[in-house]
Order: sequence, then C-alpha cells, then structure tokens
Amino acid sequence: MSLAELICPAGTPAALRTAVDAGADAVYCGFQDATNARNFPGLNFTPDELAASVAYAHDKGTKVLLALNTYPPAGKVDLWRQAADTGALLGVDAFIVADMGVADYIARTHPGVRLHLSVQAAASSPEAIRYYCENFAVKRVVLPRILTIPEIREIRKEIPCEIETFIFGNHGLMVEGRCSLTNYLTGQSTNMDGVCSPASDVEYKRHTDGSMSSQLAGFTIDCFGADEKAGYPTICKGRYTAPHRSEPYYAFEEPISLNLSRLLPDLVEAGVHAFKIEGRQRSKSYVRGVVSAFRQAVDDIRAGREANIADLVALTEGQKQTQGAFETKKWR
Amino acid sequence: MAVNDMTKLTLGPIAYHWSTQTRRDFYARVADEAPIDEVYLGEVICSKRAPFHEADLPATIERLERGGKTVILSSLAEVMLKRERKATADLAAMEAPGIEINNAAGLFARGKRPHRIGPFMNAYNEATIAWMAGRGATHVCLPTEMPAPAIAAAAAAARELGLGVEVQVFGRASLAVSARCYHARAHGRTKDNCQFVCEEDADGMPLRTTDDRPILRVNGIQTQSESYIDLLPEAGQMIVNGVTHFRLMPQAVDMVAVATTFRNVLDGTHSLIDGEQALRKLCDGISFSNGFYHGQAGYRRIAAAAAN
Repeated sequence: MSLAELICPAGTPAALRTAVDAGADAVYCGFQDATNARNFPGLNFTPDELAASVAYAHDKGTKVLLALNTYPPAGKVDLWRQAADTGALLGVDAFIVADMGVADYIARTHPGVRLHLSVQAAASSPEAIRYYCENFAVKRVVLPRILTIPEIREIRKEIPCEIETFIFGNHGLMVEGRCSLTNYLTGQSTNMDGVCSPASDVEYKRHTDGSMSSQLAGFTIDCFGADEKAGYPTICKGRYTAPHRSEPYYAFEEPISLNLSRLLPDLVEAGVHAFKIEGRQRSKSYVRGVVSAFRQAVDDIRAGREANIADLVALTEGQKQTQGAFETKKWR
Repeated sequence: MAVNDMTKLTLGPIAYHWSTQTRRDFYARVADEAPIDEVYLGEVICSKRAPFHEADLPATIERLERGGKTVILSSLAEVMLKRERKATADLAAMEAPGIEINNAAGLFARGKRPHRIGPFMNAYNEATIAWMAGRGATHVCLPTEMPAPAIAAAAAAARELGLGVEVQVFGRASLAVSARCYHARAHGRTKDNCQFVCEEDADGMPLRTTDDRPILRVNGIQTQSESYIDLLPEAGQMIVNGVTHFRLMPQAVDMVAVATTFRNVLDGTHSLIDGEQALRKLCDGISFSNGFYHGQAGYRRIAAAAAN
C-alpha cells in the first residue's frame, strides 16, 4: 500500500499553519508573483513569510512544496530562477514545476531538492511522465484530472516516480497548462501570469426582471434567475447557447466540485502516493475542515479501518459534486 | 512592408473533422495553387478521427511534394489512451517526412532524432527552447498566446541556436483542450459514442453568450477562439524580430486565396491595406483579432502601429 500523503493548500501563512495543525503531510504554496498558477491578489508568500512558514512546518514534521508551475515568457525567465534559488535557500522540500526550462535549471542548480511535475505540465501518459523523470529526475507527477482509476493503475506500473492526484476542490476540466481561455477574454494568461478568471475583471449585473448575470471582462458567462445563487464567472463553467441547443447550457461543465471521497480506498489500492486538496484561494476555516476530515479518513484507510466517507461527502453537501473523470469514461 | 521572400508560409494541420473527400480536394488545390512552402498533415485534436484519413496520407504527401511543398506530420496534442500512445510512437519512429511533436510522449519516443516542436508543446521561453534544441528540435512553433516582446526574445534565442521560428498568423486560436468532447456533449452524447457529430461543423461549433454575443468555437475536445487571428499587419515586425515561418490554420474559407494574399503582401507586390481588404472579403462575417500579440485580451483587434 502507498503512503497516501495528504497534500494541502496554503494560500497564506495563516492557512499554512492551519493546514499543518490539521494534519497535512505536506503543504504547497507560492510566491506573490507570476511564478505560480494561483497569482491572486492577497494570496501567497513573501520570502520572509516563506522562511517562517518552512520553519513552522518542519518543526511539526510537515513538508513544504513550492509551486513554480507557470511558464515564463521569453525574456522573463530570471524571475522563475530567482524564485527557485530563494526556495532552495529557505529549505523547501520540493519544487512543483511545469516548464522544461525551469525544470532543467533546478535539476542542474539545485539537484538536492526534489522535483514534482505539476499538473500544468499535462503529462497524461507513461511516456510523457518518463520524459520528465529521465531528463529532470522528477520524483513525483501530479496527474491531470482526466484519467480513470484503472488508467491510473496502469500508468503506475510503467513509471519510475510517485503519483499525486487531486481528490477535492475545484474541478478543472480543461487540460491544465494548455488553456488560454482567460487570456482570450481578459489579456491575462493562466500559463504566463498564473491568472484564471481574475476577480478584477468580474462583474455581476442585476437586470430589471430580477435576474443576475455574471460577467468576465464584459462577457456574460452565466445568467441566474432571481431565486438562484449567482456563481463565479469561470469561462469553462459558464452557460452558452449553441445551434443545436434551444436553451443556454453548460457547454463544458456545470459549476461543480471534485470530491473523490468515495474513491479514496480505490486510489490507495491503485498505488497513488499522495492526495492533493485544491484551494489555495480558500479560507482558513475551509482548510481546517477539509484537511481534518481527510486526515481522519486517510489514517483510517492506512490502518485498514473503515473510513467514515459520509463525513467527507458532507463537506460539499448542498453543492454539486462530481467524481469527474476518475469514476467512468462516460464523463468524457 | 519590407520585401521578404525568405519568410516561409506554412499551412497548419486541419483542426476539424473534414470529410475525406473535402480533404482530398483541399490538398489537391493547395498542392497546385497555393503559394505555401510547408504543409503540416495529420490529426492533432482527436485520435478517433485519425482512421478516416490515414489511408489517404501517402497519396496526399506525394501530391503535395509533387507540388513543391515540404510535408511535416504533426502528432496528437493529447496522449492518454493506448491508441494515442501507439499513434505517437509510430509517428516518432518515422524517418521521413519531418515530424512536429505536440506532446511530451512524442518527445520521449523521438529521443534526439530531429523534429519540430508544435504549438501545443509550450515552448514559451529561451531556456525551454535551448533545452529542446539540445534534444534534437530543429524548429519551434511558439504558443499562440505569446505577446510580441516574448516572441522577439524567443525568436532571437531560437535563431542563435539555428532553429526555425514559427508563429500562427491566421485562423482560429486553440484556446484549450480537454479529455471531454464538447461536440458530443452538445448533442447529448459522450466521447465514446460521439458518432462523429463534429463533422457537421467545418469551422467549429459556435457558442454564444446568453445575451447573444459570439464567444468561442467548439471542435471536439478543443475549444477555439470565435475570432480568426490575423497578424498580417504585424508580419513585418515579426520578420525583423527573427520569425522565419508564418502559419496559416485551415479554416472553412478560400485558403488558397488567403495564402496568396499573405504571400503578395510579404513579397511587397501588394500593399498591406489591399491585403487586409482582401482578407476581410475572404472571411465575410468573421471577426479578426490580434490581441494576444499586443499583450491584450486575445479577442481584441488592435489598430496597427504607424510603422507598419
């Protein structure tokens, strides 16, 4: 059986301490710039904050993973290199990377620090994963959220590194690291700037009939009735019309959360080494609740006990949840 | 615009599920009439479509080469299933013609043998391009969303390493790929029982916002821009900055005329104004964009600088 580490989000130093106290095996975080894929205002760490956070985490036996998982545009590579140098100096336990140039730099400059391959690298086959393992000594791959458990089990047999999968949180359904939807509407790039549907471009408009539309950069992403709760305008979770659809429909996916609670035992059995909880943009109380609940469940599974899955399912109660691609190919 | 007959025009792989006959006619015309130097063939988007066109491939290659075109085979952007892994490995094993790789699985299979880097490979910067060059890359097509300063810096680095540098200058931008097929979803199906409904939309399935504004196009697992990229006004600046190849993506318009328009302006036999007018006419009802190049929202159309 795999170790089934719990990898938890840390958007702020306070959230990091909360995740550590709630039992995270590792936390992941980033600097306050374009070097990571959650480059949101009010989130992330200064070098000083990261230094203190690494000390706090290590004191409790928790690892710190630094996300450097965006793609530097030509001419700006130094920012990523400096972030790697700073992270290595501060003693982070691993870098999460996507760009080959960044991976190559770290492999050569900081060979003592583990490299994890970000989901942003979109490595979804044994061959792609082995490319990164053989060339950059990658120790772990974060798998795209597009594979079924039987497929993960097969990949596990053919790769020389550990596997991390998302189990909870935002359900990204585009291949990560290959999405320019936000840049198309807002001029800010997910890959180069670490930005996805930025809050600065969001507007909610109330109409005379009581309905409300959510907009991104002036484009209506969804429209809600007076009695509906308006959701955040993420392009791939919006409602649109198409020639064959008489009514607006969720052309890509409904606003829905990923919750793989019920599949946890199967994922452990398939050889997944680490479970990732999404949500660096989430509150401390969210982090505390989710991390504590999954800590208990993972401990139970590790000890061969029946895990109380109902508690985990309840975490997203009242919201729509999905097992996404993991359960069945029909999702595709 | 500066005369530059060294700059090559390329035709990207067909992103859509055009019928076998449509493809035959299309490439026959391209071979005979289009002032295109290099043609990329092969299914890049959906591995389910590939069997429809494989039988024709040798004849198409022969036809295009007879027409004086260099042919390059492009690999799948998404590699997950057994058939996709096999297709990628088979392509990477080929000695001729040239190949363009769009997934790291292809890089793994190709090893250090020469290859081109496709636009899905995320070659955003000089460090990555240098890494790829050291592993056998001879040519790189930059990601479609890159802004001008990054294109210039990447092109300078790539030229220094002896690589060709390509930028998409015409056609819808690829904005995302997914494991899920949105064409099938629109018709209440799944990818496994799609019945190739994507064949109905030769230029992508249009999505509009609930207030009826055109926004995106669906092409199977791919999401594309509603607008066509048109970087004809920016071509001169890109040539100065070291871009060697301009990629035209096949759309459901007269691509021979589109290519001729680009060639005429690049060669200086037609003015930019005439060229832009010609493109407008050829793409009636389609919005043009160049926002990515100018570091703004991709859908936007930014007025050309006075220098052009």
